[in-house]
Formats: sequence, structure tokens, C-alpha cells
Amino acid sequence: MELKNRITDKGKPTFFKEHQIALYKSLEDKHTTVEVEEDPLGTRMILNMGPQHPATHGVLRLLLELEGEKILRTRLDIGYLHRGVEKIAENKTYQEFMPYTDRMDYLSPYSNNVALCEAVEKIADVQVPERAQWIRMIGCELARISSHLLYLGAMVMDTGAISFFIWTFKERERLYDIFDNFGGHRFTISHSRIGGVHNDLSPDVIKMIEDFCEEFPERLTDWKKLLNKNRIFYDRNNGVGRITYDDAIKLGVTGPNIRAVGVPYDIRKFDPYLKYDEVDFEIPTRLEGDNLARYYIRMEEMGESIKIIKQCLEKMPKGPIRTDDAKKSYPSKDEVYYSMEGLIHDFMMTDTGICPPEGVESYKAIEAPKGELGFYIQSDGTGHPWRLKINSPSFTNLQALEKMLDGEMIADTVVMIGGVDPVMGDSDK
Amino acid sequence: MNKTELLTRILNELKDEFGDAVIESKTHAGDRQTRVSREKIHEICSWLKEKHSFDYLVDVFGADRFTSEDRFEVIYHIISLKTGVRIFIKTWLPEENPQLPTVTDIWPGANWNEREIWDMYGVRFENHPDLRRIFLPEDFKYHPLRKEFPLLGIPGSFELPSTTPDSE
Repeated sequence: MELKNRITDKGKPTFFKEHQIALYKSLEDKHTTVEVEEDPLGTRMILNMGPQHPATHGVLRLLLELEGEKILRTRLDIGYLHRGVEKIAENKTYQEFMPYTDRMDYLSPYSNNVALCEAVEKIADVQVPERAQWIRMIGCELARISSHLLYLGAMVMDTGAISFFIWTFKERERLYDIFDNFGGHRFTISHSRIGGVHNDLSPDVIKMIEDFCEEFPERLTDWKKLLNKNRIFYDRNNGVGRITYDDAIKLGVTGPNIRAVGVPYDIRKFDPYLKYDEVDFEIPTRLEGDNLARYYIRMEEMGESIKIIKQCLEKMPKGPIRTDDAKKSYPSKDEVYYSMEGLIHDFMMTDTGICPPEGVESYKAIEAPKGELGFYIQSDGTGHPWRLKINSPSFTNLQALEKMLDGEMIADTVVMIGGVDPVMGDSDK
Repeated sequence: MNKTELLTRILNELKDEFGDAVIESKTHAGDRQTRVSREKIHEICSWLKEKHSFDYLVDVFGADRFTSEDRFEVIYHIISLKTGVRIFIKTWLPEENPQLPTVTDIWPGANWNEREIWDMYGVRFENHPDLRRIFLPEDFKYHPLRKEFPLLGIPGSFELPSTTPDSE
């Protein structure tokens, strides 16, 4: 009875009535053990935040039950960016579906492309040439830097420093220029292909990447100088949004968020893909599990990424960039334009696509900037997946955010959202 | 001992422990999926966690097999952070009133994944602490990842707000 009054005291919900009622009801039923002192002023209230809110990094909606300034319990409402990509995948060939993955985690499109291609190559048994694998690694690491840069800019802005956002975006702009020369697109690059990559790296872009690798560590050092001992930044992040080791494992947190509690879980080492077992790099971990730890980890990861890219450029062999099996990969445009067989193969790849064996299923994950991004494919022997499940890192991390927020202060909400670094396109699928 | 051998040993132990409840096991490209009977799924999950430290639940998800018998499938994807073994346990459910016991008491992280299965396939989870739809609003009455749901959606299934401003 009281519940209905709460929602309806300022008029009835006009939109998605059952949904609103169920959401408020679930907040009321949620069991948490947050200790509060008696509040004689009766400042208990429910605050709705989002889905249209500049600090929620997209369309995340939070329902916060407050006791004064303290958050008692939280419910997250996601799905405002749900486009049903898993349903779309079932009606597309594998290659046709790849551009949709760009739009999932739209801050690191390259990683998503690689994740899908790796998964399809695993289930259909396609061998990828060496050079293509190194190119993919470079792309993935650049995407990681780009994603962490946005995290850094946005999260520091959440703590109050606006100018930082401009500085990190200046570097991201350089990365976009690199991607533009890399695969012909600045943002949704779709450069990876099943069986290889679309085009080889030109000497120009290699020069650009080398220059970036030379200059970026300096920027990183500057930013560390600005932030690490900054009183305001430190105090706003230290001890905020802490999650314990046990809780992190129980909730299945992934990516930098689980490494911030001291679990060195990184697919690049745990289950190496591409050529990550041939390069030398470290997995930064911390023990504190708070927002500051997550910040340190991402800063260090950017440095490690630069290390990986440098090694890739050194070790990259010459050779083909796409598999030469016409049944498994698109032919090059030269073949399509100047030979009949090339045209037929191109047509067949577009029409039927690559067909894994019937009734098999397999899973392949990569370490995306936000955590484990995996594709589980069930095949029915045609060119379309029967079922394609996306295990997206933001979805798993947001679940932990619900737990992190309980018992914290309302002013830290935006900082915590920024610290977990969710992308709604990724979590809502 | 490498991961494949370890997984084989664990599955053999599982077979010894639960007997007929372990139905079949398939391997492709190094991934091995083991199908178990749905009555024992909760017991098997807690056994895996207790005995073989499968402490990290990566994902739980559903699939629609679109057959007249045992139509739905729920797949548990678990890893052990200690040994690094990845295991896939799956179970089949009937078309009429598909139900499973929840595993949120074993891995609290299964909460949102089970809500997603309920949302997308209409599989109910008994004793789930908060079984609401996750992506779609409660007012939506279909389960869109079922194979019979059309790709273009069902017209009128969403109550959309009026696009003209209120005139009073």
C-alpha cells in the first residue's frame, strides 16, 4: 500500500506502468545490511537517477534509496539501449554480423571485431596468417589505450576536473587518426575479417604508431604527476566503491575491476590467444579494490599496451594478411575484379558465408579493455549462427556496481560509475 | 597435468559421483560441453564448487533448440581460478513451463544472467531473489530470443508515448 503511494504520490506512472511498479517493489524488497544511525529528521527518500543523466555514461538508470546523504540500497535498471544484437546475429552471416559488434562496446570497436573473428575462426577451424595476428594485436592494444583514455577523462571529470577530459581527448584524436589510416575508418573500424584482416599496414601508419608509442609515455607520466598526489583526486577516490576479494569473485567481476582486488585474471595470460604468449608484458594488480586501485591499474595497463605494441612492430613478419582458402575467407578485391573465380567466391561468401560443422558449439574469449569479452557460438551447419551468446564485460561489472553503491555516500555515485567504466551499448546488447 | 587432462579427470569423477545424471559429453575445438539431467543441476553445481573450486561463474545463458521435446537449453559456464579449467555444464528443459532451481545461492553473480534467461526465453528460476526482466520492460509479454518471435518484432507490443505534446 505504502509502495503504491510512493510511486504515485506525484501522479501515476504514465509509461511502462508494470515495469515501474516492479522496479520500486524490488528496491523495497532488497535485503542489505547497511548500518545507519537513527534519523530523527526523516530524510529517507528514493532518488531516481537517469536514464538521461550526463554522469551515467549512457543510459544507465539507478534507483537509490537514501537516508540523508547515505545510500541504503540501490537498484540498477538497464536495457535502455537494448537492440537485440543476439537476435540480429541469428539472421546474419558471420561476416555480416561483424559491423554490429562495433556498436556494442563503442569505445573499443577493434577488440570486439577481433573477438568475433577469433570465435568464428575457432569454431570453423580457420588458420589465420601470422602477420594478420600481429596486426590484430596492435589494433587491440590501441583500442585498449583509447578506451582507457576515455575512462580517464570521464572519471577525472566526474571528480571535478573538466580540463582533463580535453587532454585525454587530444590523445584519442591521434588514435582516431591512426585508425583512419589503419583501416579506413576513424571510429567503427570493422577492419578485422574472418581469416585475417582487411588490409595490410602501410609504412605511413607504422610510422604514426611508432611516433605515438614514442610520445605517449611522456603524456602518461605527466598525467600521473598531475593526479597521483593530487589531494582532491586522491581523497575522492581513496576507499570509495570498495569491493572485497570474496565478493568480487562471487559476483564474477571482470577486467581491471577484478585485478583491482588482487586476482590476476586476464585472458591474455589465462588463456592466451593471438600471439600474446610470445610478447613480454605484465598484468598490473592491486589489493585495495577501491576506485583508486582501478585508476592505478588502468594507468599501468596503458603503459603495458605501449610495450606490447612496440614488440609487435618489431616481431611482425612479412607475409599474407588473409588466409588463401576461398571457402573460408573473402578473396582480395584484385581477384574479385579481374577473375571469374574470384567473383564467384566473393558472391558465395556474401550469400552463404562460412559454414562451421553442424551441431557443434564453442567459446572464445579475449581480454577487451573492460574485461572478458567472449562469444559462444552454436552452429547448425549453415552460414548463420544458430545461437550466438555475447558475454559482455560491462554487464558483469554493472552487477557488482549495485553491490558497491550500497552504504556509500550519494556524492560518490558518479565517481563510482566512472570507476567501474560501463558502456551501455555493451551491457544492453 | 595440463588443463585438458584435468578436465577429463574432473568429468570422470562427476560421472562416478552422479552416475546416470551425467548424460553425454561433446567436444569441439577443445571445448567440452557436458549435459546433465535437470533434476540434479543444483547438486552438480554445488559439488563442482565445493570439490573442484569452480568458484568463478563466467556466464549462464539459454538457447532455443526448437524441437518438440526438451526445447530449451541452459548452459553454465564456470572456471576455476585456481587450476584454470573451464567447464560447460548444460541441461535441457521442456517447452511447457520450463523451470530450474536458481544457482544464485552458489554464485551470487548468476542473478542478472538468470534474469536475462527469463527475459529472453521465459525460463523461470525457482527461489530466485529478484526475478524481473532485465532488458525489456515488465509490460512486454513476449520472450524475444525464442525462435518463433519475428525479427521485426510484434507491432503494438510496446506501449509507446504519444509524440504530440499534451494539449489541455
